[in-house]
Amino acid sequence: MPADAVTFRRILSEYGIGVVFVLELILFSALSPHFATVDNLLNVTLQTSITAIIAVGMTFVILTAGIDLSVGSLVAFAGVVTTFGLRMDVPLPVAYILGIGTGLLFGACSGSLAGLFVTKFRITPFIVTLALMTIWRGAAFVVTEGRPVWELPEGFAEIARGRLFFIPIPTLIMLIVFGAAHFTLTQTRFGRYVYAVGGNIEAARLAGINTKAVLIRVYVISGVLSALSGILLASRVNSGQPNAGLMYELDVIAAVVVGGTSLFGGKGTVLGTLIGSLLIGVLRNGLNLMNVESYVQQVVVGVVILLAVLMDRLRKG
Amino acid sequence: MSDLLQMRGIVKEYPGVRALDSVDFDLRSGEVHCLVGENGAGKSTLIKILAGAVKRDAGTILLQQMPVEIQSPIDAQRLGIGIIYQDFKLVDELTVSENILLGQEPQYGRFIRLLNRKREKERAREVLAQLGENIDTDIRVGQLSTAKRQIIEIAKALSRSVRILVLDEPSAALTGHELQNLFAIIGRLRSEGVGIIYISHRLDEVFDIGDRVTVLRDGAHVHTASVREVDRKILIRHMVGRELEQEYPKVLTKRGSEILRLEGIASDFLGDISFSVFRGEVFGIAGLVGAGRSTLAHTLFGAGQDHRGRMFLDGMEFNPKSPQDAINAGVGLLTEDRNRYGLILPMNVRENISLSNLSQVARGIMIDRKKEREVAESYSGQLRVKAPSVESAVETLSGGNRQKVILARWLFTQSRLLIFDEPTAGIDVGAKREIYLLMNDLVERGVGVIILSSELPELLGMCDRIAVMCEGRVTGIVGRAEATQEAILALATQFSGENAHAR
Repeated sequence: MPADAVTFRRILSEYGIGVVFVLELILFSALSPHFATVDNLLNVTLQTSITAIIAVGMTFVILTAGIDLSVGSLVAFAGVVTTFGLRMDVPLPVAYILGIGTGLLFGACSGSLAGLFVTKFRITPFIVTLALMTIWRGAAFVVTEGRPVWELPEGFAEIARGRLFFIPIPTLIMLIVFGAAHFTLTQTRFGRYVYAVGGNIEAARLAGINTKAVLIRVYVISGVLSALSGILLASRVNSGQPNAGLMYELDVIAAVVVGGTSLFGGKGTVLGTLIGSLLIGVLRNGLNLMNVESYVQQVVVGVVILLAVLMDRLRKG
Repeated sequence: MSDLLQMRGIVKEYPGVRALDSVDFDLRSGEVHCLVGENGAGKSTLIKILAGAVKRDAGTILLQQMPVEIQSPIDAQRLGIGIIYQDFKLVDELTVSENILLGQEPQYGRFIRLLNRKREKERAREVLAQLGENIDTDIRVGQLSTAKRQIIEIAKALSRSVRILVLDEPSAALTGHELQNLFAIIGRLRSEGVGIIYISHRLDEVFDIGDRVTVLRDGAHVHTASVREVDRKILIRHMVGRELEQEYPKVLTKRGSEILRLEGIASDFLGDISFSVFRGEVFGIAGLVGAGRSTLAHTLFGAGQDHRGRMFLDGMEFNPKSPQDAINAGVGLLTEDRNRYGLILPMNVRENISLSNLSQVARGIMIDRKKEREVAESYSGQLRVKAPSVESAVETLSGGNRQKVILARWLFTQSRLLIFDEPTAGIDVGAKREIYLLMNDLVERGVGVIILSSELPELLGMCDRIAVMCEGRVTGIVGRAEATQEAILALATQFSGENAHAR
C-alpha cells in the first residue's frame, strides 16, 4: 500500500465521518461558486437545525438501544398546540408562555408516556413509539380539522427568522442544545448511566443504577427536543401545520447513525450526530445549488447514507 | 499410522501476537483427545482454524493422510468436522427436528420442492436414538434445558455424518448427572470411530473421559501424552509453565461477629432458608444447577422476587427492594457470567470501577474525571489488575482481570458483604489462585465473603462452612472438617430420586 493511502486510512480511522464531511465541503466548494459563502453556510445550519435538534434527543434514546419513531408527529402536534396557545385571547406575553410552555410540556408528557410503556410494561420502544407516532399525527389533524393554524401574533415568525449578531436563532438554539447534550453525556452521572444502560442494561441494574428512571428520562429528552423543533418549525412557516415533520423520524435516525452511534446502544456521541446532521444538510444544499432534481437528490442522499455507514463499518473492522 | 487428522506446523499471527507458533496436533479415530491450556494459550484459535472460521498463516492439515484446504465453515462441514461451541448455535424458535436438520431439510416434489416434515422428524429421531436419547422432536429448542440443547447440537453434527467432533467447554453449564450422560454419549461416539477433541478447563474431566491430552501454552505445543502417563500436577505445571503452589491457598482466620443472618427466607423458588454468616469465614453455598443458589443471591442483593422472612445485616434489619438498596447497605454481588451481568463491556476499566459509586467522584451532577481516575488507579493497583491503563476497554482484559475490575467496583462502594457467584468460572488456573488470595485478604479485613459455586473442589478448598441447597431449600450446612464431595452431593440430591415422593 502506498504511503499516502496508509496515512489516509489512519486519518479516516481516527476522525471517521468528520473526514468525509470535510471532503464534502471541499467538493461542493469546488463545484459551486455559491456554496462556500457565509450566507449559504449559515443557511445550511438554519435548515439543518430543525432535524438536528431532534437528532440530539434521538441520540440519547439510541444510546440506550432504543428508538423513538414519534418525533415527526410530535413536531406537528407540538407546533399545533403552540399555535393554538398563541391565538388565545390573553395578553401577548401570557399567550407566548402558554403556547410554548404547553408545546414543550406536551413533548415531555409524550416522552414520559413512551418511557412508561417501555419500562413498566416492557413493550419494545419501536412499537410504543410507532403507536405514538400514529396517535399524535392523527390528533394533530383532529384538533385542527386538517387545516393549518394561521393568524398568529406578529413577532412569532421572528423567532425562526431572527438573528443574533449574524447567526440565525435556530442555529444558535441548535448549538446550545448540542453543547448541553455533549456536556450531559460526557460530564454528568446521568450521561454515564445512559451509556451504561445501553451497553448492558442488566449489568447496569445490578450495579445499582435505576435503569427505568434513565430510560424514562431519555424519552422525555427526545420528546421535549422534538417539541422544541416543532415550535421552531411553526415559527419558520408562521403557522401550525398538522402535516409538519412528516418522515422526520427517518431523517433523524439517519443523521444519528451516520454520526456513528450504534443502534445496539452504548456507543456514540452527539458530536457525531451534529456532523451526521450537517453532512446530510450540506449534501441537500449542495445538490440544490447544482440544480439537481429533487427526486434524484433523494437517491443520492440514500446512497450517501449507505456509504457513510459502510465506511464506519469498515473502519471498525 | 491410521491418523484421522494431522495438523502440522500451524501458524497464526495477529497484529502484535503470534497466536499459534508452529503447533502440531493429531487425532486418531475412536479416541478422545483433550486439549487444555490457559486462556490465550491458542486452543480456540486452533479449533477455529480446523472449523474454517479463521485462516491459518502456515502449516498443513491432513485428513486421513490427504492434504485438505479448510477455507470456510462449509468446507469443514463437508469434510465431516463438527464443532460444538460453548454458546450453542441453535435457533430457539425452531423445533428439535428442524434444528437438527437445519440446512439439509428433506424435500419432495419435482418442480416445487416442499419440506418433507415426516421424513425430517424420522431422521431427527434416528439421530437422537443413535445417541440413546428420546427427546420429543416437536418441542421448540428454546424450551429445553442447557444439557438437552447440547445433545441437540451433537445430534446436529451427527446428522451430517461427522468424523471429527470438537466439544468446546461442554461441561461449563452441566450438572453432575448431565455430565455423566454426556460422557456416555461421547463414549458411544468413540466406539463408533468418531475422533473427539475435548476442550475443558476442568482437569478432572480430562482423566474421566480422555485418552490422550495435549497442552498448549502461549500459542505453542508443550506436551502430548496418554492420560495414564500424566497427573493433575503435571498438567498444571505444563499449562502455567512453572510449579504452581497450592491450588487453594486457604488461610484459617478466627471467626468474628455475625454479619448476615437469614430467618425463614421464602419465595416462589426458595423455601424457609435460615443461616448466619460471620466475619472471618468464607461461607460457601453449594447445589446443583437450579437448586436456587443464584436466586438466593439475587434476593440478598435486592434483585430477586418478593420474598417472606427477614434478613439482618450486622444485626440491623435489612430488606433491599433494589440492588441500589443493597449496595447502600454495603452488599456487593459478583454475578455469574460477568460479561452478561457484571461488566459494561464497551466501557473502560475506570468507568466500570466507578459505576456503582459515581456520587463519590462527582461534584454536584458533574463527574470529576481526575478524582475518578485516581480512585480507579488506586483500586486496580491494589488488586493488581493487569491492563495497560485504567482507560483500557474491559473487552481487552482476560477473565481474571475482568473479575478483579468488578471486585474493585465493590471495594469502592465500601461493601462489607461480598457475594461471589461462580467466582472463577472461565478463569485460568494461575489467575484463579490470585482471586482466592484476594478473598483471603477480604476475610482478613473483616469483609463477609459468600461463595456460590458449582465447582465442589473450589468450595471444599476455600470455605469454612458450606450450605448445601436442593430445590430451593438448605438441606444442610457442613463445616470444613466434615465437608467431602460425597457429603455435599448427598445433601444436594436429597429431594431427587426416591426421596422426591416422600416429601
